[in-house]
Amino acid sequence: MDAIILQILNGLDKGSAYALIALGLTLIFGTLGVVNFAHGALFMIGAFCAVTLQRILTLSFEQVDPTQKDFLGNPLKVQVPYVESWFGPDIGAFIIDWAVPLAILLAIPVMLVIGIAMERGLIKHFYKRPHAEQILVTFGLAIVLQEIVKLFFGANPIQTGAPSVFTGSFDFGALLGMPPDVIIYPYWRMVYFLFAVVVIGAVFSFLQFTTFGMVVRAGMADRETVGLLGINIDRRFTIMFGVAAVVAGTAGVMYAPILAPNYHMGMDFLVLSFVVVVVGGMGSLPGAVAAGFLLGILQSFASMNEVKSVIPGIDQVIIYLVAIIILLTRPRGLLGRRGVMEE
Amino acid sequence: MSTNVHNVVLHVDDVHKTFGGLHALADIDLAVEEGKTHAIIGPNGAGKSTLLNVIVGRLAPTSGAVVFDGQVLTGKQPYEINQLGVARVFQTPEIFPDLPVLHNVMTPAFAKRDGAYKLHIWENLLDEKTIQEEAEHLLQDVGLWERRMDHAGALSRGDKRRMELAMCLIQHPRLLLLDEPTAGMSRHDTNTTIELLKKVKERGMTKIIIEHDMHVVFSLADKISVLAQGRIIAEGNPEDVRNDPKVKEAYLGGAH
Amino acid sequence: MLGLSAKDTGFLLFVTFLTLATPILLQPFPESSSLAQFNAGYPDLMQRFAIFGIFAIGFNILFGLTGYLSFGHAAFLGVGSYSVVWTYKLLSFNVLPGLILAIVLSGIFALFIGFVSLRRSGIYFSILTLAFAQMSYNLAYSVLTPLTNGETGLQVYGSDPQYLMGEGSPDVPNLFGLVMQDSMKVPVGDWVFTFNVGYYFTAVIAIFVFYISLRIFRSPFGLILRAIKTNRTRLNYAGINTRPYMLAAFVISGMYAGLAGGLLAAMDPLAGAERMQWTASGEVVLMTILGGAGTLMGPVLGAGFIKYFENIFSKINETVLHDWFGALPEPVRDFLIGIISPFVGDGWQLTLGLLFMLVVIFLPGGIMEGAKRIGSLFRRKPSQGGGSPAPKAPVEAAETSNQPAE
Repeated sequence: MDAIILQILNGLDKGSAYALIALGLTLIFGTLGVVNFAHGALFMIGAFCAVTLQRILTLSFEQVDPTQKDFLGNPLKVQVPYVESWFGPDIGAFIIDWAVPLAILLAIPVMLVIGIAMERGLIKHFYKRPHAEQILVTFGLAIVLQEIVKLFFGANPIQTGAPSVFTGSFDFGALLGMPPDVIIYPYWRMVYFLFAVVVIGAVFSFLQFTTFGMVVRAGMADRETVGLLGINIDRRFTIMFGVAAVVAGTAGVMYAPILAPNYHMGMDFLVLSFVVVVVGGMGSLPGAVAAGFLLGILQSFASMNEVKSVIPGIDQVIIYLVAIIILLTRPRGLLGRRGVMEE
Repeated sequence: MSTNVHNVVLHVDDVHKTFGGLHALADIDLAVEEGKTHAIIGPNGAGKSTLLNVIVGRLAPTSGAVVFDGQVLTGKQPYEINQLGVARVFQTPEIFPDLPVLHNVMTPAFAKRDGAYKLHIWENLLDEKTIQEEAEHLLQDVGLWERRMDHAGALSRGDKRRMELAMCLIQHPRLLLLDEPTAGMSRHDTNTTIELLKKVKERGMTKIIIEHDMHVVFSLADKISVLAQGRIIAEGNPEDVRNDPKVKEAYLGGAH
Repeated sequence: MLGLSAKDTGFLLFVTFLTLATPILLQPFPESSSLAQFNAGYPDLMQRFAIFGIFAIGFNILFGLTGYLSFGHAAFLGVGSYSVVWTYKLLSFNVLPGLILAIVLSGIFALFIGFVSLRRSGIYFSILTLAFAQMSYNLAYSVLTPLTNGETGLQVYGSDPQYLMGEGSPDVPNLFGLVMQDSMKVPVGDWVFTFNVGYYFTAVIAIFVFYISLRIFRSPFGLILRAIKTNRTRLNYAGINTRPYMLAAFVISGMYAGLAGGLLAAMDPLAGAERMQWTASGEVVLMTILGGAGTLMGPVLGAGFIKYFENIFSKINETVLHDWFGALPEPVRDFLIGIISPFVGDGWQLTLGLLFMLVVIFLPGGIMEGAKRIGSLFRRKPSQGGGSPAPKAPVEAAETSNQPAE
């Protein structure tokens, strides 16, 4: 029992990331009909927004600290971050500590601009081209984006810590009356899950309860008719592309403490997120979210030693296996609409 | 060439087709005689295209069966139905737009000669003289010989349709289905197409034509079935159908 | 001749000549000149031209003709490499049994993956092949370690049985004693031409498989594959079951990939899982579209282009750039170096990505289409000056009538 709860918990944070990326992929596919192979790169750029903000916040100048001496007895020169000198050491240190959550504020405008620029500058010209060309051009873009990031940040992963309050773990087992330390769950992963729930909820309410969202949903269902009503659906779709980019970007920001950002993390997540979209049903938003969590949890179950000893290597292939089975038996995916891309 | 009137080649036997709660086709019985041209007419939404799709296996009927030459077509794949000798011209031309016209016409000939599966990897197209000559001959018949090296996608709609007809004729089908063969054509093109179809008729090919244009129907058909609201309301030779009051009411009365 | 038209026979002979003369043709700059670093006539690079040419020719039979975009062909490349290294370990360093095994195994592998993946088309097909390839890659790194030696990569150790190793058998890859890495250097004036056994071995195979692809392109089978790309529905209604055709194309291209992977291990007796990664699949896609998907020569040119520039660009670093622009005033020099250096050396991947995008955006037909456009530009000019262009004579048209456009 405790093992099962532990695996579910372990699967949640990865599942959250899959769900968030898959949500954006589905939005883009559903609205624009484009298969975006560069979506993983947006997630990666988000993670590097966190790295960037942390670097900016820790920009320092050198100062002589009269209270300390080095081992030769000379006054010690110390690095003082500008933020600490502006806001005082306490608030300054707090801001630096909270760099990752604060990076969301940076990521939102950055990702919105990148997303809209991508759509207007490139994707727009590919609406009527074959899917193969859409895949190829966005694949090229993904390579370009990740190489640019590599150029600035190098090839090695960059550790990016969560705020210190979240560094501990939560004793989940104790809550269920188990002995201590049976099921512990890092606070930040819990935060990530809650964050994902909030973002997913926000996207769904945006689509459900605003007129803007209503038009977008109508456009996803039947683009031509909505176009005939004289509604400029293209502009709304462009904005949805930006929204999808923001979702992927903020998902990346918050993931930075879980996985030290590296330039190829986007590709790794992209392949899996595509699988998630396919399993959930191409074009189905609830399907993408459900499949994201489902596959995340499934993957964590498959990496249990008990399972691995029975079927060796299952943890490496479980997601792909599920995708292959789903594609062959139920091509529209778990929650996909009948007739959408079933071929 | 058998012109025995009792030799029925295609039976449509009590076919029903419902979409959700909507009855698209009900109680459809058809008997198409060998060598004859059987026209199916009816106002828009009468179910003509649905019927054709059921015959070629694109749609499965809700109940009933389609029997071609003793073989049940229902549930068969389109290529299997074609291999039995049923070819089809579509309402919007289904062609290979990226291939040259000549290759468009040659391709179905390979399916006819070699079957649905046989892979000729090691032959050279240039050595397929018989098929090429026949294709060129047919292209002359439909007036597209000069354009045989052009990409089919560059043809006008009327030309595409004529080419598609050639693609069907090269298979010498036992049954040819024509879905509005003159829709969207100019009067001149329509007349040439009628002449062409008359020539085909002389070869003794059985045809089912779905058509809007009464001029076309009355100049080609041996037998006409009138479809309205998914049912056959009248059937007979052109004269009888023309004078049938029910038909006038349902169809001709409104249109003419 | 050889079941080809006169025009195609000439074309094949031309390609054969180019391939055999590559060690001379790619060595245009004298040794002492500063341009010698742009020469490509050394064995390692020429071998890669031929091997990736084979990979791309095979991929083109699937993607170029049918339009089915596989993102998993690297898996077959890996299978081929592992097969060859295993025959080294078990039999001897003779490459022939390994290459045969590579083709057979990758064919069986492709039959299985193709049978499943071809149940779907479009994006779903791409994702299925990608999923299979990633699965193979992950497995090669984890549970299949006994077969693949995991991260270290598969190589030959002294303790391996090598049952067929005779007394005098060479302990490097060879073909019945003909050692792959052997070269003959021929100095001619200021030029040095290197004739390498491994290159000629791969070149002969490449010419042979190019010939096979030429036959496929000109066959009714090839015509039907093209027809699948342009309208599969029509083909179905014309009486053709497309699945066996697709599967045959998939297996053939998988065997080409397996052969290419085997040849990689025949030149250098190593096999690693990274050969199966999906970026490697992406590379062959790029080669094919860069050259021109669906054309005969395009993929070969694309493979050569990418391998050549990969090699040149990776060699250029800041020191080299300083040499080049040494004569320029300092600010200009620093500016130029600043602009160029991100794209060369380690930045080659960035250039590759940009190239990928540019080709897809502006030249989806690749180099071949570009050449054709330039060609027609030149051809049109005289006729514009010389009055009415002569209409194409019917006889001429009839002669070329069965040749699909290159």
